[in-house]
Amino acid sequence: MAEKVKNSTVFFNPFSKNNPVVVQILGICSALSVTAKLEPAIVMGLSVIAVLAFSNVIISLIRNTIPTSIRIIVQLVVVAGLVIIVSELLKAYAYDVSLQLSVFIGLIITNCILMGRLEAFAMANRPWPSFLDGVGNGVGYTIILVIVAFFRELLGCGTILGFQVVPDCAYQAGYVNNGLMILPPMALIVVACIIWVHRSLNKDLQEK
Amino acid sequence: MNKQSNSYTVIYIIIMVVVVGVALAYTSMALKDRQNDNVAADKMRQILSSLRIAPDQDVKTQFASIITDQYLVNDQGQRIEGDAFAVNMANEVKKPAQERQLPVYEARLADGSLKYIIPVYGAGLWGPIWGYIALDDDASTIFGAFFNHEGETPGLGAEITKPAFSDQFQGKHMMVDSKLLPVEVVKAGQKPSTGAEYVDGISGGTITSKGVSAMLADCFTPYNAFLQSLRNK
Repeated sequence: MAEKVKNSTVFFNPFSKNNPVVVQILGICSALSVTAKLEPAIVMGLSVIAVLAFSNVIISLIRNTIPTSIRIIVQLVVVAGLVIIVSELLKAYAYDVSLQLSVFIGLIITNCILMGRLEAFAMANRPWPSFLDGVGNGVGYTIILVIVAFFRELLGCGTILGFQVVPDCAYQAGYVNNGLMILPPMALIVVACIIWVHRSLNKDLQEK
Repeated sequence: MNKQSNSYTVIYIIIMVVVVGVALAYTSMALKDRQNDNVAADKMRQILSSLRIAPDQDVKTQFASIITDQYLVNDQGQRIEGDAFAVNMANEVKKPAQERQLPVYEARLADGSLKYIIPVYGAGLWGPIWGYIALDDDASTIFGAFFNHEGETPGLGAEITKPAFSDQFQGKHMMVDSKLLPVEVVKAGQKPSTGAEYVDGISGGTITSKGVSAMLADCFTPYNAFLQSLRNK
């Protein structure tokens, strides 16, 4: 087993110091697609936390039995199976939410963070730290998603979670929502701004 | 045991596939009834939305009390056998017009007026789009419209579900000079050359808007004989 790392480090590191999105630059694809509005971003984040935590635990439990040559396939099957179960459960018990998320749930399978964590952590660690690692990375991902979606919805639509926050008098005075914020390229630019701020605050992350 | 041997790998993957397969099949079977229930209730909600009625908690009772009749017609306007509610629109629109089963829902509103609801189904940018158009008993004036989609871009194409888009259809006419000419969706400021009535499309959602336009044309044309027969009643 790899060197012993404290559980709290495993859990809290992905929040900022080792954030999957802004430090490892993983999962950018879904950060583009689901962050035009805040609500799908939050539900997507929660779904990723659930799938990541459970797939980490399952892979960690069977890690010693997996033949090396097919480990990626095994990881994919576990993730895909879990995602389908989550999607089926949502359809049966939270139909409205599943309608809102539609394709995004399926997109979890292609999220690079999942494969990254399974390969890098769950394959080498016991179930409990793997669970914490899954939740921690899921939360780290969700934080960035929510920040990006917050700015895109605020500037692009003038709303937060569907409620109008830019007052009517601002529109009468000539304020116009920035339609560009809704388009996918702006998600990249917002993510880039977050990375900029994040690296300015954490000097040790800056490349020489 | 040698975990790297071929036989171990093959057996491992067979067991894994069977276990995952059983788990997924079980989940699917166990939840099927609930899911179908949800899908049916959601379809009822969508149909009621086209009548500008807010669905309440018990949508099934509400649907049964408002929708007085539902039947299938063919492209000659004659009634044919079958369950209108169970028709899968995705399959129907692939057939040539002569072979389609065309569902019609009749609704009697609280004020006693009779409405006809025609389902429509087509393609947007990323996936299917569909809707329900409620017509007045003159078989031409649109009373209400409801559109929905599977995966259009949020904030752009997905705006077709918003009242800001669908309410534009109210009061438009599907018939011009007694001829069927479905309402078109065009870029704001433009007009269709055919003389059809039109609504403004969504800026940034051009392909979805065109999809709505094509869907209305494609799905209403086979109803021509049926709608004409309603006018002559």
